Amino acid sequence: MARIFAYIEHKGGVPDDSAMELVSAAKTINAAAAPTAVLTGWGADLDAVSTTLCASYGEVWKIASEALAYPNAELVRKALVKVIPEGSIVLIPHAHFGVDLGPGLSIKLNSPFVSDVLGIEGVEGGWLKVVRQEFGGQANAHVRCDISSGVVISIRPGAFKPVESAPAGGHIVGKLSEVGAFEAGRRYLETIVPESGDVDITKRQVLVSIGRGIQEKDNVGIAQDLADALGAAVSCSRPVVDAKWLEKSRQVGSSGQTVKPKVYLACGISGSFQHLAGLKGNPFIVAINKNPKAPIFQVADVGIVDDILEFLPELTDKIREQ
Amino acid sequence: MEILVCVRRVPDTSENEIELNSAGNDIERDDLVYSVNEADNYAVEEALQIVGKVGGNVTVVTVGGEDDEEVLRREMAMGAKCGILISDEAFNGSDGKGIAAILKAYVQKNHYDLILTGVQAEDAAAQVGGMLAAMLDYPFASLVNSIEVLESAKLKIGREIAGGNQEINEIDLPCVLSIQTGINEPRYVGMKGIRQVASVPIPTLGASDLGVDAAAVGEAAARVKRVDYFVPALGKGAEILKGSREKNIDRLIELLKAKGGLQ
Repeated sequence: MARIFAYIEHKGGVPDDSAMELVSAAKTINAAAAPTAVLTGWGADLDAVSTTLCASYGEVWKIASEALAYPNAELVRKALVKVIPEGSIVLIPHAHFGVDLGPGLSIKLNSPFVSDVLGIEGVEGGWLKVVRQEFGGQANAHVRCDISSGVVISIRPGAFKPVESAPAGGHIVGKLSEVGAFEAGRRYLETIVPESGDVDITKRQVLVSIGRGIQEKDNVGIAQDLADALGAAVSCSRPVVDAKWLEKSRQVGSSGQTVKPKVYLACGISGSFQHLAGLKGNPFIVAINKNPKAPIFQVADVGIVDDILEFLPELTDKIREQ
Repeated sequence: MEILVCVRRVPDTSENEIELNSAGNDIERDDLVYSVNEADNYAVEEALQIVGKVGGNVTVVTVGGEDDEEVLRREMAMGAKCGILISDEAFNGSDGKGIAAILKAYVQKNHYDLILTGVQAEDAAAQVGGMLAAMLDYPFASLVNSIEVLESAKLKIGREIAGGNQEINEIDLPCVLSIQTGINEPRYVGMKGIRQVASVPIPTLGASDLGVDAAAVGEAAARVKRVDYFVPALGKGAEILKGSREKNIDRLIELLKAKGGLQ
């Protein structure tokens, strides 16, 4: 079996949660695997992360350069291609950096690419069988991938649970000397943090959250009426922001806000994993959706199959009568 | 600026409930409503806004079959000057890398300053743009949610990253960008607009036109293959309230009171 590498994302001297999840994913490919961590960065932060990783990885390959202080996918790719042998299995987290890195890395390593993998079923005859999701989570798919010349796989965050294991007692290997000059056609300038909106949904106990099912901007008032009756705030999923019906600050999800309400009413929201990634603290989830197959019903506590445009106003009226 | 936008015709998940077929190995494809992939439509709008400011032309291209001409025509009705259909039996069954290789061959026979794709299509792979860029040795950025044209063959772009933050980069042209939904407000296309471009010829290009090695693409070359679709084993799942609407509302109010959703 080919050697397995895990690309480690980190911030502020701490490895991302995915660092442990990639160990679990590696062990589903090969139970005997001792994956090698590979990471890039600079300074004390990188040293701290590398030391932490030695508890979980037998080898930690560190590429330290000031040019890599902020992760630029093009520079990271060029560095990885220099140090990772062809034919390797490379695991990366499927988040905004992995989406930048993965496809190009697979081309330059001359290996196939499978993205956003949430399950691994094993290897048969040189082909790896994995599970993916399509159609916004409405259907799962088995995908086979020929790994005889290696593979790059991006792993969905949270899909593989970290496993407790004995300390790996790993050691750090400096790899910078194998990497040449750092030149990229793309240069990082700055990160812009959005202005907070009029309502801070991260601090609310009850959220009435709307998705594509609200259908048009004029209907947002239906959700606001219910929120007013409940003393709640209105939040939303991505399509509502894309359509400019609500401000970005109202969006729950991996590219929006992380919220921790007690009660979450998901109204006309299909329930993509990116949306659910923004929902923490195990709230009581009520899903109201006219599509009985919407993935949101798999994670909700209570579900109602109905048209929100009719259901919500009647609910609001009934609550006002109380 | 000469801009190429790669688009795809996909089942529209906002119009369809995706179900498995009776054999359980594919989705039910009868009666599906198809449309242009949502993110691709934003990419075309962005391209049109760029040429509106700095001049140039927008070309839309798709790899597919006759049925896919309709999405090219729709995007031409938005304002794209040319539509190109890349179609050949040898391309059937290509994986993401195969599609990228076909597009690479097309790009190399032409001249584009900027190539846009949607961030992802219905299979959520988010791969062809990044692969195409690497094959061409062009810079690449994914999840792009703002573009500003700078002097001297550069763009200033924003990427959507975690927590609603935006990562600003400078990128050299030519480059490939994958466009996130919400970057703009795509213009409306009416039947009249579609009729106006109905007779504009759309060239069809095959493997020999592009000089694509047929052995490097298609089913035989694919190293990533979908085996089947299936319905995931459910978690505990929601308790579905099955009463009348009135009864469901009463029950929901009880639950909201119990869970702190209603004082």
